Amino acid sequence: MHIPDGYLGPATCGFFYLVMLPIWTIASRIVKKTLKTRQVPMLAIGAAFSFVIMMFNLPIPGGSTGHAVGGVLVAILLGPWAACIAITVALVIQALLFGDGGITAIGANCFNMAFVLPFAGYYVYRAVSYKAPAGSNRRVVAAGVAGYIGINVAAVLAGVEFGLQPLLHHTSIGQALYCPYGLKVAVFTMAGEHLLIFGWVEVIVTALVVKYLLKQSPELIEEREAG
Amino acid sequence: MKLITKFWIGIAILIVLSPLGLIIPEHFKAGSAWGEWSVDEIQRLAGYIPRGLSKLSSLWNAPIPDYTFKGWGEKGLSHLSFAYIISAILGVIVVVAITLIIGKFLLKKGD
Repeated sequence: MHIPDGYLGPATCGFFYLVMLPIWTIASRIVKKTLKTRQVPMLAIGAAFSFVIMMFNLPIPGGSTGHAVGGVLVAILLGPWAACIAITVALVIQALLFGDGGITAIGANCFNMAFVLPFAGYYVYRAVSYKAPAGSNRRVVAAGVAGYIGINVAAVLAGVEFGLQPLLHHTSIGQALYCPYGLKVAVFTMAGEHLLIFGWVEVIVTALVVKYLLKQSPELIEEREAG
Repeated sequence: MKLITKFWIGIAILIVLSPLGLIIPEHFKAGSAWGEWSVDEIQRLAGYIPRGLSKLSSLWNAPIPDYTFKGWGEKGLSHLSFAYIISAILGVIVVVAITLIIGKFLLKKGD
């Protein structure tokens, strides 16, 4: 889901940078208000976790690869605004140091994976786990459902961004200037791959860690919900 | 053991296991992620190289492209796995350092 340089035209790249600027500003204002000293290491762990979990590529045999983002888990533990900051750091380093995701596409990639993914996941989690008792398994289920929806919404968005390019930019003979695949193929493939395979990795990662934490350190999850 | 220590151990375990993200796709002969093809792959898939794409795709020269060292592309899986772990360590160190700096900045109240 890391859109590289050259797949999105300048209009799309600029648009998503413009959309992300206020989101990053609001995120830092909100986190500034609520962040406590002892939570800073957790923020760093969230960013590191998201960075490293994205290195676990899984194959579609004979086809393409993909991975989990870990962002829904970070959002459940730290809140969606802090998750936005943590995942943004991971995505920017991936682009700058490792060429994973384009420099021009940082706005779009952050919109998909550092904004929409943690927010969609977080609110699905809150809705499904609403008033669930502390030790309830419904929280684990909620985490899994949230992971699945979060990553798939992000994948569909990436598909739409890819797929709009041939409509926005093409030569007079109809050759695309950027991503050559249109909406149908791009959305179908991005959604299909994540609904069938990669989304389930996000489910497993999110649900397992939440299950573990509910046993080991339930206050970490409940404190977040109270605050 | 403190929970935070357990989390760091978890990250360390993920770093050590990270080459699985390289080896398993290789084993199943899976290629690039959808939409993340190189210019050569695009040429093969679409039959042409979109003009804007070929211009922009080489915009940035990442120091450790695709989590491997430059010129190591043709080396075996064990070399690539080693480079992958080093990349994971480096990446985690940089990500953690930057997040801690941002955290410190965000903790400053009253401005």
